[in-house]
Amino acid sequence: MMRPALTTAVVARSAALMAAKRGYATEGAARVYGGLKDQDRIFTNLYGKHDFGLKGALKRGDWYKTKELVLKGEDWIINEMKVSGMRGRGGAGFPSGLKWSFMGKSSPGRPRYLVINADEGEPGTCKDREIMRHDPHKLIEGCLIAGRAMLANAAYIYVRGEFYNETSNLQLAIDEAYKAGLIGRNACGSGYDFDVYVHRGAGAYICGEETALIESLEGKQGKPRLKPPFPADTGLFGCPTTVTNVETVAAAPTILRRGGSWFAGFGAPRNSGTKLFAISGHVNQPCTVEEEMSIPLRELIERHCGGVRGGWDNLLAIIPGGSSVPLLPRHLCDTALMDFDSLRDLQSGLGTAAVIVMDKSTDIVQAIARLASFYRHESCGQCTPCREGSRWLDLMMARFVRGDATSAEIDQILEITKEMEGHTICALADAAAWPVQGLMRHFRPEVEKRLKDAVAGAEIRSDAEYRPDQTIATA
Amino acid sequence: MFARTRLFTLGTAARSAQARALRPLSTSSIARSSAIFVHRDTPENNPSIPFEFDAQNLAEAKAIIGKYPPQYKKAAMIPLLHMAQKQNGWTSLSVMNYIAKFLEVPPMRVYEVATFYTMFNRSPVGKYFLQVCTTTPCELCGASKIVETIEKHLGIKVGETTPDKLFTLVEVECAGACVNAPVISVNDDYFEDLTPEATVSLLDSLKAGKPVTPGPVSGRQNCEPLGGQTTLTTPPPGPGFMVREDL
Repeated sequence: MMRPALTTAVVARSAALMAAKRGYATEGAARVYGGLKDQDRIFTNLYGKHDFGLKGALKRGDWYKTKELVLKGEDWIINEMKVSGMRGRGGAGFPSGLKWSFMGKSSPGRPRYLVINADEGEPGTCKDREIMRHDPHKLIEGCLIAGRAMLANAAYIYVRGEFYNETSNLQLAIDEAYKAGLIGRNACGSGYDFDVYVHRGAGAYICGEETALIESLEGKQGKPRLKPPFPADTGLFGCPTTVTNVETVAAAPTILRRGGSWFAGFGAPRNSGTKLFAISGHVNQPCTVEEEMSIPLRELIERHCGGVRGGWDNLLAIIPGGSSVPLLPRHLCDTALMDFDSLRDLQSGLGTAAVIVMDKSTDIVQAIARLASFYRHESCGQCTPCREGSRWLDLMMARFVRGDATSAEIDQILEITKEMEGHTICALADAAAWPVQGLMRHFRPEVEKRLKDAVAGAEIRSDAEYRPDQTIATA
Repeated sequence: MFARTRLFTLGTAARSAQARALRPLSTSSIARSSAIFVHRDTPENNPSIPFEFDAQNLAEAKAIIGKYPPQYKKAAMIPLLHMAQKQNGWTSLSVMNYIAKFLEVPPMRVYEVATFYTMFNRSPVGKYFLQVCTTTPCELCGASKIVETIEKHLGIKVGETTPDKLFTLVEVECAGACVNAPVISVNDDYFEDLTPEATVSLLDSLKAGKPVTPGPVSGRQNCEPLGGQTTLTTPPPGPGFMVREDL
């Protein structure tokens, strides 16, 4: 028990020392996170102020010594990714170095694929869009390097269907890269052959789930597959496949060029690196911004978004990681740090780092009810707990909004969410359940008050006669 | 006493049985979806209407199929449906049948896909297909007001087309441009940071055939903070910056 704790402390101290050397604020041995310097930002064309094409990308340092990186070989690349401590940026936060090593080295006679998940549809999330339209060469270079690490033959980039203009930019960049010999046969002159293709989806949130994405890429309905077999063994077209998020892959070349330890120097231990945060909702200046991991939530909003509308005291709640994670009420927002572990400790999650801010003018029940109808719409309908459960949640939440329910139904809806969680093929049912659980965990008195007010208006029948299963059917 | 209790119990059971019989049946397959899933032949949508790719699309379709392994031609289905929808304006039954023939798959495989994904319109839409995002982040920023404005200005409800076949209005789930909320997508272009006034002038420009510029209408260029950038204020560093020595 002692040893891991000791190691963590040592790691924290050495990271703080390194940070102090680079001019970041420290408080004793404890590091104060946030305030990333421009020189340490990876996505330097996030706002599209510069040329997104090859010429501009070369000027910003993309494709610099890519041949040398490719020639370093798979073990070196994977090891550097492990050193960097990068955790997948798509929501689950799985260590990237480990994931990239899953496909192993031998798959006799079968091609191997890298699939990039650019099906960005999580409400609140809009970071990959900026990478694809403003820094596409970072993504393409990342594909080559990640593909080399996995010994893949080709990469498919699955972009959500609505991103037509983003896909065009990406396709233009790919055409440029082919023409310049950076990808394709003998990519960058390294002797390694690697193709990159773009594939556009057609508007289904569920295709962001890795096996659903593979199904969709094969030209079928996007319905998640049972695992095992895992995609690393039997994935796209029956071949070994690894699916990763755009941001993870696009950051990889810069991490490898500057060294894994450079990246590991940012953020709290086990949550290292820089991250794109998208802050939407009731802030004065909503924006997407690259910041250091573990930055305090309040500082993120006040430094980059001009603060909450009407001041911090006007804050009601924040969803810190895209619609799927439970919300945080104001008193938890004061101290929350934006990383995987500290948000998990607050019974929420970093998810895709899409911060949705709600001030006191928000009807919080309505806001969560809208998410419930989102999940109802996006459930693929394969598993019963999700198909039926997401519909029940939607209908019950709609009645909670009107106050047309009894307080006993709050426990009932929580029970439904518990029945949905973990009982389905993919995590969409969990994602539908968590926002409702978060609402009831932190705003139960608010919901109960609404129900009571409605009862006072004599709209509702008494508990004894009231059968929620009947009202669900007719709601 | 015993008999009376029994009788009473029976009575309750009978009553609840009656209540059960009256209770409405609940199933989830009631057609509450925004689009229908059955096909009925109509003069504008029936299998005898011809459709095939024009020469340019035909060449492109072959290039698209080339991206996938030869035995997995079917993988090109979604891109080809997109292309066919663009050419035809919407995804009619003939379009689906043509794609099935083109990819050498049973037509059912195409119907499955075309009904699963929301971007394939299986009934005709107006020249400008207005898709308003109304998911929570957009709604927090006033998306329902935008919907209301459009409904009032065009005189149609969500899901309807104007009589002049110029506009169709639908609500969509998260468009993925949340920091630029509220967002409308008109065909393939996003119009962001909208206000009711900006929406009206956008609709008027479209109606008059005037050119419109996609993107935020609030004056910012993309997703940077409106009041001025807080980051990336220095020129981006060039090649070789901070690169490790052993590379």
